[in-house]
Amino acid sequence: MKFKGTDNYVATQDLMLAVNAAIALKRPLLVKGEPGTGKTMLAEEVADALGLPLLQWHIKSTTKAQQGLYEYDAVSRLRDSQMADVDSSERVKDINNYILKGVLWQAFTADQPVALLIDEIDKADIEFPNDLLRELDRMEFYCYETRQLIKAKNRPLVFITSNNEKELPDAFLRRCFFHYIKFPDADTMRHIVAVHFPNIKQELLSVAMKTFFDIRNLPGLKKKPSTSELIDWLKLLVAEDIPLEALQTADDKVAIPPLVGALLKNEQDVTLFEKLVFMQSRNR
Amino acid sequence: MLIDFFYTLRAAKLPVSVKEYLTLLEALQAQVVGPGSDACSLDDFYVLSRLILVKDEKHYDKFDRAFGAYFKGVEMLTDFTQEVPLDWLEKILQKELTPEQKAAIEKMGWDELMETLRQRLEEQKERHEGGNKWIGTGGTSPFGNGGYNPQGIRIGGKGGNRSAVKVWDQRSYRDYDDTQELGTRNIKVALRRLRRFAREGSAEELDLDGTIHKTAANAGFLDILMRPERHNNVKVLLLMDVGGTMDDHIARVEELFSAAKAEFKHLEFYYFHNCVYDFMWRNNKRRYAEKFETWDIIRKYNKDYKLIFIGDATMSPYEIVQPGGSVEYNNEEAGAEWLQRLIHAFPKFAWINPEPQGVWEYRQSIAIIQQIVSHRMYPLTLKGLEEAMRMLSK
Repeated sequence: MKFKGTDNYVATQDLMLAVNAAIALKRPLLVKGEPGTGKTMLAEEVADALGLPLLQWHIKSTTKAQQGLYEYDAVSRLRDSQMADVDSSERVKDINNYILKGVLWQAFTADQPVALLIDEIDKADIEFPNDLLRELDRMEFYCYETRQLIKAKNRPLVFITSNNEKELPDAFLRRCFFHYIKFPDADTMRHIVAVHFPNIKQELLSVAMKTFFDIRNLPGLKKKPSTSELIDWLKLLVAEDIPLEALQTADDKVAIPPLVGALLKNEQDVTLFEKLVFMQSRNR
Repeated sequence: MLIDFFYTLRAAKLPVSVKEYLTLLEALQAQVVGPGSDACSLDDFYVLSRLILVKDEKHYDKFDRAFGAYFKGVEMLTDFTQEVPLDWLEKILQKELTPEQKAAIEKMGWDELMETLRQRLEEQKERHEGGNKWIGTGGTSPFGNGGYNPQGIRIGGKGGNRSAVKVWDQRSYRDYDDTQELGTRNIKVALRRLRRFAREGSAEELDLDGTIHKTAANAGFLDILMRPERHNNVKVLLLMDVGGTMDDHIARVEELFSAAKAEFKHLEFYYFHNCVYDFMWRNNKRRYAEKFETWDIIRKYNKDYKLIFIGDATMSPYEIVQPGGSVEYNNEEAGAEWLQRLIHAFPKFAWINPEPQGVWEYRQSIAIIQQIVSHRMYPLTLKGLEEAMRMLSK
């Protein structure tokens, strides 16, 4: 099993090696990187390329580790026992009917190997990663209600993404492989765009890319535009059929590019940008 | 196998554990890289070892340096934490040496060489070209690059005859090193440490979900569950130095400030110049019109507030210890008095200093302030901030 990138996802050499190492050694792969560099997409694409079903677990600030394993639905059981009729009275006797299986349970007991995405693990409580140590290391956990040990039939391929909002505990990190997705350089970016817009006009693309990297290099931006924002912006440019001239004025003066709202998502950033453009055009 | 490599990384202060080292060997055995796979260059080994051994991008830069050092066959005896400024090494001077000169270059033994390098790094504070003692470019000193000492140590730059720059030599993760001074990127992460949601105290609220669950598990008998109310109880009093020597740091301090504003529920800030005296101000433009008595500030906020000074503490010692020493007006009491009063009123305090930590010991006023604030002074780096926050939230 080897991952070599897909038709709609451009993976750099080191990223491919990271994924392949995680596959070979069956370790979870922790992926970090700027927002919009394709962390979540990586899991989807790898699962797709290798033909594995993908189970997703999106973490919120209120998510508990236990929810990924199983939950005991005591409330339904109580209701069933009080409203007992013939078929539910049979149901009530077996606690297994009230154990709701979580994502990890499903991944561990699946008949074929699966890919598992734990998305944005840094959003959860600080204890969350610590509660999953044994589960991710040994790929097994104990269900107290039914007194059974759930053990992975096939070790799932685990992807974990983080946006760096919290530091993850060392014990957790030691059990993972770690890859930091660097912001793509201009060449890789051209590949990425070619994958998404095979028919885009070359001149429009090169002008748009220049504008994009210029904006990224502006000092003081609160949120720099990322790959996904570039893709959105190009999508708009193509959809609106913006002519090339609109992006570059004849005497090479700086102007505000059309639909800049797709790149800059922050009011202060837009104001800053407009101010800079105004200052530049006055200086010439 | 690779034991030296492992210890080289440990020596560079990378937190690598035995378990990770064994995993790396396991990966090599499984032929993830190497002759058995299609990835068999040194670059691939670099990516693989980084993937397995390094768990945070802030360590990437350290790893790059250690990796480079190891694979150049240099045993790492130097202290990696001291950075040699790159502009020393710009190759603007390529002195042509005659064979006689080359022969005349003194040859030192290895140990002596490293020892001398360490000493030079400590002594030298400026760029240097030519000559035969200091670290720099071009000359005949054994340190630096582009020079002609046959036993020299190369620092940065590219070797004369090598064309390809290695991945780890590009040092592209330098910005992520947490001992570097702060950019916008990580500042919020550090501040979040202080923004602790504390569940404490007696104010309790009904935990409805918990109650339903407990009751159901209790076979229908009511089992009420209470939980402490959740509120952000971090209060911060921020005192910032403006003007004078602080001008160099204004941009970074502003970044810190804008990040801080979003993080705390209760954030009060005041400005002072160089040292705190009997009044401060809130609006820099109207600093003479709107003054706030320091006594009032001490009375207004209670002990729960955490006091953070931001200032370079660089001034004449008189401004701290002498009544009337202020550069702005005739202060009746010395700055030290006021500082002590403030830290007495707010037992949780820290001083964040944007000056690089390396220069602290050369400034008399910093030493005095350090003494007053009982060495709770931290540099404006991610690591410094984290230490400060950890100390404040104890």
